[in-house]
Amino acid sequence: MSDTTQTGPIDMGNSAANDTAEKKGPMLAADGTPLKRSLNRALRRQKLRALALIAPLLIFVLLTFIAPIADMLFRSVENDIVSNTLPTTTEALEGWDHTTGEPPSEAVFEDFYFDLFLASEAKEHTKLGTRLNYEKTGVSSMFRSTGRGLDDIGDDYLDALEETDERWGDGDFWYALMSGTGTSAPEVVEARRKALARMSGDSLSGDVGFAPSNSIATLLPTTVRAYSDFAVYTALVDGDVVAEEDPWESVYVGLISDLEEANVDGYTGPEADALKAAKAALPGIEQVSLKSFFQSEDKDWVDPSVWATIQTYSPKYTSGYFLNAIDMQLTPDGIEMRPENQQIYIMLFKRTLFMSMMIMGSCILLGYPVAWLLANLPSKSANLLMILVLLPFWTSLLVRTSAWKVMLQQQGVINDVLVWLGLVSDGDRLVMINNQFGTIVAMTHILLPFMILPLYSVMQTIPPTYLRAAKSLGATNWTAFWRVYFPQSVPGIGAGSILVFILSIGYYITPEIVGGTTGTFISNRIAYHISSSLNWGLGAALGAILLACVLILYWAYDRIVGIDNVKLG
Amino acid sequence: MASTSDSEAFVAFERVQKSYDGETLVVKDLNLSMPKGEFLTMLGPSGSGKTTCLMMLAGFETATHGEIMLDGTPINNIPPHKRGIGMVFQNYALFPHMTVGENLSFPLEVRKIGKSEREKKVMRALDMVQMGDFANRRPAQLSGGQQQRIALARALVFEPELVLMDEPLGALDKQLREHMQFEITRLAHELGITTVYVTHDQTEALTMSDRVAVFNDGRIQQLAPPDTLYEEPENSFVAQFIGENNTLEGTVKEISGKTCTVQLDGGELISARPINVTKPGDRTRVSIRPERVEMNKERLQEGAHLLKAEVMEFIYMGDIFRTRLRVAGRDDFIVKTRNAPDQVRLKRGETVEIGWLPEDCRALEA
Repeated sequence: MSDTTQTGPIDMGNSAANDTAEKKGPMLAADGTPLKRSLNRALRRQKLRALALIAPLLIFVLLTFIAPIADMLFRSVENDIVSNTLPTTTEALEGWDHTTGEPPSEAVFEDFYFDLFLASEAKEHTKLGTRLNYEKTGVSSMFRSTGRGLDDIGDDYLDALEETDERWGDGDFWYALMSGTGTSAPEVVEARRKALARMSGDSLSGDVGFAPSNSIATLLPTTVRAYSDFAVYTALVDGDVVAEEDPWESVYVGLISDLEEANVDGYTGPEADALKAAKAALPGIEQVSLKSFFQSEDKDWVDPSVWATIQTYSPKYTSGYFLNAIDMQLTPDGIEMRPENQQIYIMLFKRTLFMSMMIMGSCILLGYPVAWLLANLPSKSANLLMILVLLPFWTSLLVRTSAWKVMLQQQGVINDVLVWLGLVSDGDRLVMINNQFGTIVAMTHILLPFMILPLYSVMQTIPPTYLRAAKSLGATNWTAFWRVYFPQSVPGIGAGSILVFILSIGYYITPEIVGGTTGTFISNRIAYHISSSLNWGLGAALGAILLACVLILYWAYDRIVGIDNVKLG
Repeated sequence: MASTSDSEAFVAFERVQKSYDGETLVVKDLNLSMPKGEFLTMLGPSGSGKTTCLMMLAGFETATHGEIMLDGTPINNIPPHKRGIGMVFQNYALFPHMTVGENLSFPLEVRKIGKSEREKKVMRALDMVQMGDFANRRPAQLSGGQQQRIALARALVFEPELVLMDEPLGALDKQLREHMQFEITRLAHELGITTVYVTHDQTEALTMSDRVAVFNDGRIQQLAPPDTLYEEPENSFVAQFIGENNTLEGTVKEISGKTCTVQLDGGELISARPINVTKPGDRTRVSIRPERVEMNKERLQEGAHLLKAEVMEFIYMGDIFRTRLRVAGRDDFIVKTRNAPDQVRLKRGETVEIGWLPEDCRALEA
């Protein structure tokens, strides 16, 4: 009280000093430098020392807490899996218009085949399937089953080629053909290495031991691309020598596709004769369009909506997870609400907020009298009571929650007592667990100390003379409490409420154990997405929304009550 | 001991006892009665029971035994908020979440007084303590002295007939305290309020009160107007506690009427007025106020006993001189003399003879 009473005169002193400073310019130290600067210099050492003291904790928190959270939250918008796994396909799809109702052109399917072949060799295609399945159900199984059948078409081509020359299935033959002579084009291999590195997330450094010649790369571009994929994977992932391994089936698909267009007559590089023989035999080889190949693997591959989904989720960043988290979805036609029967998250957010309010309210009701007793009992009894309040802190959270299970279940202690007292018949025992009631009871119990302690610390500072003064002025006990004591304890209620509310909207274990289906929180859903469905993006989006809710509430509280009024002790 | 239980008494304590722990009595057999309009101060060292008495009167403590009467009715069983007693607390107890105006309006609101009348009364009370411009401030924005005034105004705003003040000036600096002492007594007398004032500051008690009750050890040692208290203390505690005092110990030689002769432990003989010694041979402690000691023999009556004294210290204090003497074997004997033109300034080591009128020297119990 006394320090605030002095602010008046001190303020006046300051303004007086400012007035003189304005007239004379900045205040100077003895050596002529501005006083502010020399003061800062003098304080810098102190600040550095303080910083050094907190540095270990700061670094620890940054590395183990802030950084992982930031990384996790980043996943809520990150979406580079589509463009990384299918780089050429997504590029080719840009020119396709989903509203025509037609599937994409053969060229897109060809790009898709080679992208998918590499992805399936690297076992990345199922991840992409899972990702796209969040947006369109069934895509996951399309990717998985098609991934298994990619070899068939190449095998058929190989059989046909081997009829012209036995060596078409040999590794060293292919290595010689692809390496060619003259200037080489290592940039083709390098580009494929980068694509594979982006897809798999490994850096993939080292020598591939293969570079196509310029002439062959121009002549058979698709083949060279497929062979480069094979070479990079063989050398850098499997660690084998490229020349000793038989090429992938995709290489034959590439060759057949290239031969259609290529003019091999003038080619003089190694194995040019075999190439010419194959070109000559081409009309006799039965060719399958890749579109019809995919259609035969799964008829949904010609469904434009599948391709529209891939197109919609091609960009590196997406709002899809956030839209999912608020029961909306990003479709090729824009943003729309999910069907009624798939809406769950807004309801869960509302439930979480509502139940946190209930828990906060019951904590206030139960904690206020206890805090009042604590603050007003003689210190000996107050200490004992304080130990009782703190007792829950010394017991494991799981044990306490499980104890509530024992207490509240239908064959539990409370029901048994009620039945024994005859208040409830044995037939219709109360359902008090695995629902909202159970969660509210157990969480109120667990969070009660967080309400009592701030309340107590505020009440301790309210002198009992205020109540006496009110009574001497004619107020009844209730009026004295309500008009004089209660308003002064409001900062404690505010602090306790903020603490309990923020703790409870992020609570996970207790609702998981006693919440059943109707008493779970949004955090349980986040945990499900992080650990079971592995839809981390959606989990991160839900978490980010929860974090935003807390920050907004905190901000609102600061605006209304003022965070300076909160006393935690 | 004052135990006048007259029917005129506005406030009366009758054989009141108080114990907190059931083993010791904090207030022992208290009897006190106050007429309407009196300003009575309870003065005493801490732990003497004065605050407990005040709290019993306010209703925050219950008497273990005895009866407290207010305006003829026993109030032991009336809760504090129905007693209608105004109270000023040590730390003012102004409600920090209300403005000054709301603080003053509070007792009127709980009495269900209409808004316009409430505002009128609040303004009148604020004007009374010259704080009319401060109605919209918060207590934290006021200085200690201003808070004190507001606390006073709040205790008076509902026009109680009895106001209790529990060391209300304890937190103020000396100058402000003296000013407020004057303000409080002025208001109390102007409004004709009966006031019970608790303090441990004897100057405050002497300057403000109609009567002072000196508390010690759970009892009222003396209840008297300030001048009587100062000049005619009834026992050694009061003599010691009020003002500065020289004491000398000895034995009563003889008593004759209003004078007695006391032989000090050093053998010297002095005359004194017997207060609570009854027969020759009683041990006694004689008390003389420093300003009643006389060094000028001409002013003493004939045949007065004189004592030899050696000057130990001479302190110049402006309006008075304060001389410390060695008398009858004790060197803490103080004499105060007025700074008059004819007054000699003594030097350390000088020997003087001192004496006093027998009626200024009171032979009290040992």
